[in-house]
Amino acid sequence: MLRIDLDILQQWVSVGSRVLDLGCGDGALLHSLVENRRVEGYGLEIDSDQITACIERGVNVIEHDINEGLRNFKDKSFDTVIMTYSLQVLRRPDRVIDEMLRVGKECIVTFPNFGNIRTRGYLMLRGRMPVTRQLPYQWYDTPNIHFCTVRDFEALCREKNIRVMHRTSVTGRRPDRYFSRAWPNVFAEAAIYHLSNSQND
Amino acid sequence: MPNPYPANSVGQVAPEVYQFDEPLELSCGRTLNQYELVVETYGQLNSDKSNAVLICHALSGHHHAAGYHAPGDTKPGWWDHYIGPGKAIDTDHFFVVALNNLGGCHGSTGPRSNNPDTGKIWGKGFPPLRVRDWVSSQARLADHLGIDCWAAVVGGSLGGMNAMRWALEYPDRVRHCVVIASAMKLSAQNIAFNEIARRAIKSDREYHDGEFLEHDTIPRDGLALARMIGHVTYLSDELMGVRFGRELRSGTFQPGLEAPVEFQVESYLRHQGDRFAQEFDANTYLLMTKILDYFDLAREYGDDPVQAFAHATCHFLVISFSSDWRFSPARSREIVDALIAANRDVSYATIESNMGHDAFLLPNDRYERVFRAYMMRVAQDTQAPAARSAQR
Repeated sequence: MLRIDLDILQQWVSVGSRVLDLGCGDGALLHSLVENRRVEGYGLEIDSDQITACIERGVNVIEHDINEGLRNFKDKSFDTVIMTYSLQVLRRPDRVIDEMLRVGKECIVTFPNFGNIRTRGYLMLRGRMPVTRQLPYQWYDTPNIHFCTVRDFEALCREKNIRVMHRTSVTGRRPDRYFSRAWPNVFAEAAIYHLSNSQND
Repeated sequence: MPNPYPANSVGQVAPEVYQFDEPLELSCGRTLNQYELVVETYGQLNSDKSNAVLICHALSGHHHAAGYHAPGDTKPGWWDHYIGPGKAIDTDHFFVVALNNLGGCHGSTGPRSNNPDTGKIWGKGFPPLRVRDWVSSQARLADHLGIDCWAAVVGGSLGGMNAMRWALEYPDRVRHCVVIASAMKLSAQNIAFNEIARRAIKSDREYHDGEFLEHDTIPRDGLALARMIGHVTYLSDELMGVRFGRELRSGTFQPGLEAPVEFQVESYLRHQGDRFAQEFDANTYLLMTKILDYFDLAREYGDDPVQAFAHATCHFLVISFSSDWRFSPARSREIVDALIAANRDVSYATIESNMGHDAFLLPNDRYERVFRAYMMRVAQDTQAPAARSAQR
């Protein structure tokens, strides 16, 4: 995860809040949130090596397959439910977002933008499935099964009547950073969304 | 003399017996005026006594958790895979305390002991115990050893219940609680298996209504049968298939031959049962299974495990095993969910294993990695205060 995403994301997490991180990996994000925002945090993960890495870091980690839903967690039992770069590996990303909004008062979702100009160019010019810095896999071995673009995600939020509290695009390249403000669907390498249920208003 | 033990073993160990003369009030209302606990320890207690780990044993366990009693011993202690120098519970870091619980039959006061008030063997008259009575007696042991706060209380199965009870009863005396293959209470199916086992013991003619020692006998068959039933439930169908299948130990199905057939699994189970019946006390078995059945973590907390865990302050590690159907992963997950709802620090892993409930005693790479990683954190927490005071 890029340093810059982390900084953005941290701003949206209140000090001392309860955080659930879906697909928490090696626990780096949660560890940073515990250190900097004093959150009470739990990560969900299925990869055994990542789970061990979390335990080594002293991060609370629960072995849990997000594809099975979040039945174990009560409505609004967390202040913020975070999912970074896992949306695209889920069997039903839409249902998981529903679950995140049920369990959390707010959600933060980050995902790679498949509408990025380099991805588009790769497919258009080479006629092959894009392999990029963000998406380094071949089509046959990729864990990513549900790609979306920034615009797709916006459409999903509208359809589900989800309130977008903040949205930011992320890109590592300097000129793209400037353009991505105007045309995130084309220039963002990844997007970060801060969501809540509309009825929370 | 060359060391006859493996390098990662705690080596030769000797149990010690501690005598307690201060009366212990039991949850049944009765009082044990004096009692003994048999204890083994491994590793060194550090100067600020912050590195002590308590091992809570399961139904048929005891104080001999690691190492060997004599050079000729064929088997080490029951948790030797996980206790020793460089092992998950690293005796280079920790001072490990393992005891035989009250009511046991391996040297601590129990049904086989003499009742000092009557001068007779306690037998079935031994007071019924609850897990909390173990916790209070273990707290006395901690006092005796000068341990104010355990770095960790660790237990599998019934021992996991013991560890959780510690976390609720003495929140300021436990920093970490490791709960392996356990549950907040037994299911009806579990109680049913225990009742079958108890019935087996009581139906044995040699049981003599619990006074078999006075009759100079033991209910060998009943106890063996109880163990056979238990043993089957501790293994998985898959494991029994892999280990025994339909292999024959003797006899044949060849037409025209009438030799009696014996499956390997029959012989194995019989052996397990007979061996157990030789060393275990029938009254202790009845007592221990009742302790298991009666345990209900949240009973006195309005039957709300979240309320219960709100009393704990320590960090938790919960581990379950995929093929364990006696203490299934779902039971462990209930513990985890309650801990999360109570805002307690907890990590949880489900270990892939075909070993059934017994997996918690057996070698398993992933189990070991998770367990070791967690105990390293415990060790770091233990060192941190010492390092801080050294800087001052």
